[in-house]
Amino acid sequence: MARGHALPKQWRCGGELTMFPFSAIVGQDDMKLGLMIAAVDQSVGGVLLFGDRGTGKSTAIRALASLLPKMRAVTACPYACELDSSHCDASHCGVERSKRRDKLMPVPVVDLPLGVTEDRVVGALDIERALVHGEKAFEPGLLARANRGFLYIDEVNLLEDHIVDLLLDVAASGENLVEREGLSVQHPARFVLVGSGNPEEGELRPQLLDRFGLAVDVSTPSTVANRVEVMKRRDAYESDHAAFQRKWSRQDGKLRRQIVKAREILGSIQVDDNVLEKAAEICIALETDGSRGELTLLRAARAYAALHGKEKVAERDLKDVAHLALGHRLRRNPLDESSAGVRVERVVSEVIGE
Amino acid sequence: MSRELPSHDAALVALLLAVDPNGLGGVALRGMPSPERGDWLAQFKGLLPKRSPYIKVPVNVSEDRLLGGLDFAATVSSKKPVFATGLLEAADGGVLVLAMAERLPDAAASIVGDAMDRRTLLVERDGVTRECRLHYTVVALDEGIDDDEQIAAGLAERLAFQLSVRDLAGFQSGLENWTGEDVLAVRGRLASMRVPDAMLERFSGAASAFGLASLRGDLFMLHAARALAALSDEAEVSEAHAAIAARLVLPHRATRMPAEAEPPPAEEEQQEPAPQSGPKDIPDDILVDAVLASLPPDLLEKLSQSMPRSRQGSTGGRGGPATRSRLRGRPIGVEATKQVSGARLNVLATLKAAAPWQSIRRQANAASVLELRPSDLHVTRYQDRVETTTIFVVDASGSQAAQRLAEVKGAIELLLNDCYVRRDQVALIAFRKDAAEVLLEPTRALARVKRSLSALPGGGGTPLAAGLDAARQMAETVTRQGRTAAIVLMTDGRANIARDGRPGPDRAESDAIEAAKCLRVSGLRSLLVDTSRRPKPRARQLASAMGAAYVALPNADASGISGTVQRRLAS
Repeated sequence: MARGHALPKQWRCGGELTMFPFSAIVGQDDMKLGLMIAAVDQSVGGVLLFGDRGTGKSTAIRALASLLPKMRAVTACPYACELDSSHCDASHCGVERSKRRDKLMPVPVVDLPLGVTEDRVVGALDIERALVHGEKAFEPGLLARANRGFLYIDEVNLLEDHIVDLLLDVAASGENLVEREGLSVQHPARFVLVGSGNPEEGELRPQLLDRFGLAVDVSTPSTVANRVEVMKRRDAYESDHAAFQRKWSRQDGKLRRQIVKAREILGSIQVDDNVLEKAAEICIALETDGSRGELTLLRAARAYAALHGKEKVAERDLKDVAHLALGHRLRRNPLDESSAGVRVERVVSEVIGE
Repeated sequence: MSRELPSHDAALVALLLAVDPNGLGGVALRGMPSPERGDWLAQFKGLLPKRSPYIKVPVNVSEDRLLGGLDFAATVSSKKPVFATGLLEAADGGVLVLAMAERLPDAAASIVGDAMDRRTLLVERDGVTRECRLHYTVVALDEGIDDDEQIAAGLAERLAFQLSVRDLAGFQSGLENWTGEDVLAVRGRLASMRVPDAMLERFSGAASAFGLASLRGDLFMLHAARALAALSDEAEVSEAHAAIAARLVLPHRATRMPAEAEPPPAEEEQQEPAPQSGPKDIPDDILVDAVLASLPPDLLEKLSQSMPRSRQGSTGGRGGPATRSRLRGRPIGVEATKQVSGARLNVLATLKAAAPWQSIRRQANAASVLELRPSDLHVTRYQDRVETTTIFVVDASGSQAAQRLAEVKGAIELLLNDCYVRRDQVALIAFRKDAAEVLLEPTRALARVKRSLSALPGGGGTPLAAGLDAARQMAETVTRQGRTAAIVLMTDGRANIARDGRPGPDRAESDAIEAAKCLRVSGLRSLLVDTSRRPKPRARQLASAMGAAYVALPNADASGISGTVQRRLAS
């Protein structure tokens, strides 16, 4: 029998779960790099982690949540707007412009649970207020909560198509338009979409693939030494979460400062014309559709350069991120087994040289 | 307290799961219901601390019962959203028993696996947000008979053990001495067990020797070995513990035989962590041997023959006809309707529609708690997508000269492209010499189809009847799984091997016609591609016997065939 409980709408039981530290993840450099790049520059447009089960995809993205530097946001604003945000007005936030205060808060990393219903994703009529007061009020959903942060979809290939379509649309426009139940609401929803999945359980539609800025092939560590290290760390983490986190907090702090610094200098990083040309040449040689490939490649290379504290983007930077930005954009031949990464690498070396 | 560890695997699994439910996830019990299975479940339950929840999940469980959802009646009467907790939450700290786990929809299996992984339940449904720390042990009762009925891979992967119901006989011996209190005492000792580093290397070495992609296998071995050490009241994990752990965790995860790996992983491992690694003189193969000894012989064969079959998800088959259904399929929205009978009332949408009017309606009828009008009613609309599985049946006999066969292969490759676009599943059956062979079970990994196609040898007799029978059997399995099957037969229609494998054109052809008629009776969509150089009436007769559309290869180049097949099978 179902036991009903009258519960507050947001309900949590059990304590805060200590996340596995980002820096304690063994190997998986591509995955870490992809997430760091997205953390530095939101505009690269999402990260897709595709690979074997049990390789730490979910661990990494959940770890990212505690790695990210805090942000300033308007107190009690459901969309976590910035204080001087022009997008936001009182009808959104319920907070008068003159009375707004902001405070430091963690960057939201919203987990999209399996079995999520559409009304919780986009937001819907607030039933409680409607029932009790007979008012029509909008109750923001997960898209609102993810604003300025990350939205994580585990097993993106298992999510209902209509929800995936909706997410992609919002991620691209940065805005959530709700037209339902007589409500008409528009609110900012700029977030980095992070998806993970296992190709064995079904491939992603090409148009969906293309919407992710970066794609990472996650594979099992190939050496026994790495496997052992994973086991050791995982075991240490499980036996004492807090102690393990303390042990790695310095490393995590280092990464956090690297992200903060990279964000600061991102705007001032120069991109020379010859680098632009190389990027274009690579994309032409790989026959990627549209110009999303070039753009993402450049943005990723710029964020990569920023992470390394450089002043301008070098050809080398293009080379290091090309497989992440372009691997999933190649026109796919379902019968061709050669990995996309290899093809990208080959073309990049042809264009740029060793 | 020095109690012997039971020697029976099933008894060990029960003990281990009771001792370390967090680290080991659960067990898949494969086989039909039997008294032994019931006994095992009862024994396992007895080993758990008192008042541990024991929740059974029926196969047709809905997502909102698993996760919890809005309680309609209570919400209306209290005028506040009331959340009914789901089964996962009810199982917190105890056992979740999945009945007929092999038929559990992928989405539900993912939900179960996901909450296990996070030790947290996240619910975002019906206007309620809920986050709850929980943990449960999963016992998946897998009643699948053959290989195409298996637990969703994502869930199976999160369960440390797999037992066959057939192997349960006599598991009780040695287990009767253990009680729930003992288990609790052992749990307390678990954290203090030492695991030598050398042992960790062994685990990983064995895992990569058997080709485990996931690292969960390594961890399960570690946890199982540690629990074994705690159970036998020792301070450190010993080799014997490790061997048992490997035997229990590895065999059903293995994707290849260690011998195939070159260079031998045992050596590879000893080179790497040279400085601090433990005694090198102990051969690393002990774990590997333990696993090998426990592998059933037919498994060895299967492993060395092919890659493990991966179960495909439910996201594909976009090409299949989409049927509007009132109850099945994926929800595609809600609609306002007054005809609710036979449909699934969408409580939330109905409430929402009613909500804004409450104050006005209450003025008219002050007594009522909630005024619902027929115009408020909303039902959920579903769309059921039926996946298509295209079964290619290829005549690879000698009458198909090598060049003909190459053309056929080319045509199939083109068809595969279409299948990719429509996300169909594809299966491949070839017949030659004296029998038909299923080269590939239904799969969406088209590269594999191509691989087995190019490896397909030609020559020998033409057991046409056997090929047709194999196709029919597979099509029936596919249909049973709720998908649509389509058969593409590529042959010249000439048969010379009868059903019983004996040569002789007359018997063979009458057998073939008979097999074709069986196909027709089962009402499958099919197409016969006549591959003979000059089309003969024989193939046409066969096509009409099996109720198939007929198309001749010479009249079409490969791309022409692809188009024809598309048209014929679509109609």
